[in-house]
Amino acid sequence: MNLFCPVNTAEVAEIISETVAEQRPLEIIGGGTKRALGNVERPGNRLKTIGLTGVIDYDPAELVLTARAGTPMWEIEDLLEANRQMLAFEPPSWQSLLGSDGEATLGGVLACNLSGPRRVRSGAARDHLLGFSAVNGRGEIWRAGGKVVKNVTGYDMCKLLTGSYGTLSVLTEVSIRVLPRPETSASIIVPANTTGDAVRIMTEALNSEHEVSAAAFIPTNSSSAKKTGEVVIRIEGHAPSVEFRAAALRQLFARTDRLPEVASERLWCEIAAVEPMLGNEMDFIWKISCPASAASGLLHSIQDAIPDPRILLDWGGGLIWLAASRFQTDVVTATSAIRSAVDGVGGHVTLIRAPNDVRNLVAPFHPQSPALAALSERVKTAFDPHRVLNPGRMYEGV
Amino acid sequence: MLKMPEPDQSVLSRRSAIVTALRKIIHDDEGVIDSELERRPYESDGLTAYRQLPLVVVLPETTKEVVDVLRYCRRENIKVVPRGAGTSLSGGALPLEDAVLLGMCKFKRIIDIDYDNRCVVTQPGVTNLAITHAVQDRGFYYAPDPSSQIACTIGGNVAENSGGVHCLKYGLTTHNVIGVELVTMDGEIIRLGGKHLDAAGYDLLGIIVGSEGLLGVVTEVTVRILPKPTGMRALLLGFPSIAAASDTVAAIIADGIIPAGMEMMDRLATEAAEAFVHANYPLEAEAVLIVELDGCAAEVDHLVAQVERIAGKHGATSCRISMSEEERLLFWAGRKAAFPAVGRLAPDYYCMDGTIPRRRLAEMLDRIREMEGQYGLRVANVFHAGDGNLHPLILYDANKPGELERAESFGNDILRYCVELGGVLTGEHGVGVEKRDLMDTMFDQVDLDQQMRLKCAFDEGSLLNPGKVFPQLCRCAELGREHVHAGKVRFPDLPRF
Repeated sequence: MNLFCPVNTAEVAEIISETVAEQRPLEIIGGGTKRALGNVERPGNRLKTIGLTGVIDYDPAELVLTARAGTPMWEIEDLLEANRQMLAFEPPSWQSLLGSDGEATLGGVLACNLSGPRRVRSGAARDHLLGFSAVNGRGEIWRAGGKVVKNVTGYDMCKLLTGSYGTLSVLTEVSIRVLPRPETSASIIVPANTTGDAVRIMTEALNSEHEVSAAAFIPTNSSSAKKTGEVVIRIEGHAPSVEFRAAALRQLFARTDRLPEVASERLWCEIAAVEPMLGNEMDFIWKISCPASAASGLLHSIQDAIPDPRILLDWGGGLIWLAASRFQTDVVTATSAIRSAVDGVGGHVTLIRAPNDVRNLVAPFHPQSPALAALSERVKTAFDPHRVLNPGRMYEGV
Repeated sequence: MLKMPEPDQSVLSRRSAIVTALRKIIHDDEGVIDSELERRPYESDGLTAYRQLPLVVVLPETTKEVVDVLRYCRRENIKVVPRGAGTSLSGGALPLEDAVLLGMCKFKRIIDIDYDNRCVVTQPGVTNLAITHAVQDRGFYYAPDPSSQIACTIGGNVAENSGGVHCLKYGLTTHNVIGVELVTMDGEIIRLGGKHLDAAGYDLLGIIVGSEGLLGVVTEVTVRILPKPTGMRALLLGFPSIAAASDTVAAIIADGIIPAGMEMMDRLATEAAEAFVHANYPLEAEAVLIVELDGCAAEVDHLVAQVERIAGKHGATSCRISMSEEERLLFWAGRKAAFPAVGRLAPDYYCMDGTIPRRRLAEMLDRIREMEGQYGLRVANVFHAGDGNLHPLILYDANKPGELERAESFGNDILRYCVELGGVLTGEHGVGVEKRDLMDTMFDQVDLDQQMRLKCAFDEGSLLNPGKVFPQLCRCAELGREHVHAGKVRFPDLPRF
């Protein structure tokens, strides 16, 4: 096994060219915090991007930051915070969820398209990547996009590369959109008796004119079938505006509490990290993306396959985190039950956490229709014809 | 003038057989337009300097008809140019002599309005504004608002990734589309996204938006809708220089404010707009800035005061704050009519669309002033100041020999300078035909080859909208080949397939 740690784009290109010549595929890794995502089978040789570090250009008034892809997230976040700015897609930390350590990198967050609670209002990671340099599977250095927020020159490769798990190209330098950090924030807590009730409350809040920036449901009695719990609704912005909207939202619902700024911030970090339902580390955890209005019915329809799941709802119900004990659940049956339920309403299911032996039995990413799978393979070929970059990490053939 | 690819003589010679075959596919008798007179209205889009009569116009009504037309054309090796309302400013829908023009105007039904999931599922021929009209009684709207929104279709918006004056805060089309159904050139129906968020595999939806009709024909679109803000107020600010106005823009953003819209006009554009709508614009100002804030009243009032203070600090010579909805709309009336208003200053104008890092704005303007002298043409400038997207309007007279060519070279120089300043060729109008031959100022051959290889994954025969976006025709077989250095294949031991 070889481990490569290139320190610049040219070295990345050289390593990949050699890899092609030797026909030995590479596993592409940033900080390695999300290695547990995706198919288990990995190439023996590794390319780590952690030598590609440093912020190259950052002018807060331009709302754009350019950095090398292996720059640790803490460095980006500290710099932005010092300038009262942020990455608006609220990149979550999944170290606890995935049982990993190490430091997440900017490139890794983008490669996995990880977005936090604010995704429902401000978009996903894919909406914030503006341009990049990368090396494709032919060992060629190429660029796309730019360093400005408004650009339609050529295909929007930024979207395609975000969430491609390093299977199309290795990002080496990225320009990303940043936004002002809200002056203040607050959360409103509304009790809910069922998941259906919770989704209705979140929908009412998100459909209101009060610019809700996140809405989640945390069952307090998570393992009972009844799922009573608390809906948390976040508002952010300038102080007079937050005061007004907090009051207005509290009038919408019968019983409410208000969390002050510090407590609110802490809670949303926990929700982003999926902490309220981590529990036993031996559990299986699935991530379901579905239309919010379908969340409650969907959970109902899978109760035979997964009798007693723990759940956490984010994105107003459009994101369901589902956990079940590995001692009481057959992962193959359960995953296929969830997938067929989701296929009925539109969306997709990812098996996020499961021991390696189990992840060999189930495709972690939602299977695609034959036409879409064939198209995805052709797209892969367009970037990595020799299948040297993270082959099979997402799907077989890709 | 740019050259389009040489027409395929074998297709031209089969024209009447092609028309007959298409008549068998399209059920509506009027869905295949053959006569020269009736094809004439389709000969151009918003880039009116370029005209070409299409081979034949086809107006399908169902996805199945789109599938059958594309399958037929693929089999017969006939090119296809998709078209929405034909408002593209970059020639994206410019017909080709040997291509079927596939008009999507009959796909004009809104399929589903889903307030619980805050989205609308619609056919692509529905206009941008019609989506807002369909949901406004429930207090919702569709955010991207290109100035042609009364006419342009959502399908065209998807193809061009259209923007508008509010995209600094609410994003471009790509940020507001969550699903599409499309038909590939092979006649395959593919659904990407839907009412849920994010893709399971590759984000192909993200690549379809803004692909300028080169990758597939979109037959259904799902867009996000947003609750309409309760309050909106605008400030109309006059400045003694472009630099002062542009410093104000930077200071507003640095202060943590993202206005709903932030538009700048130079003196010539302001004078033209004022003569057109009589909005009482400050005519003595070198730059006029309109800043719009939206949200709850508490927020809007707070931010209006802050912006007023920032503008004062940066030397604003006049400041009016809208006190009523009528007044706010009046401030906008001039900006929204800026293009037609400038159109009265000269028989023709050529609208450019580069983006630059905002801090380089004053430099850009100085350069444009220099070039005005050099080319002997005047320019009125309108900017989406918040995101550095420039719309210089080059005034010319097409009836004077050589003026169009001069305007085009002037425009190209402006765009080259945008790239030199760290910007890009197009912010929202697309590459199309217009900026096709400038692509190599921004990208090198490896970059362009990578883009064209992606095209091959969707359309191996390069039949869909060829001659647009890329300076040379995409030849998939060649692009698939390995690099050959000094007569040797790069990795001789590798198996080839």
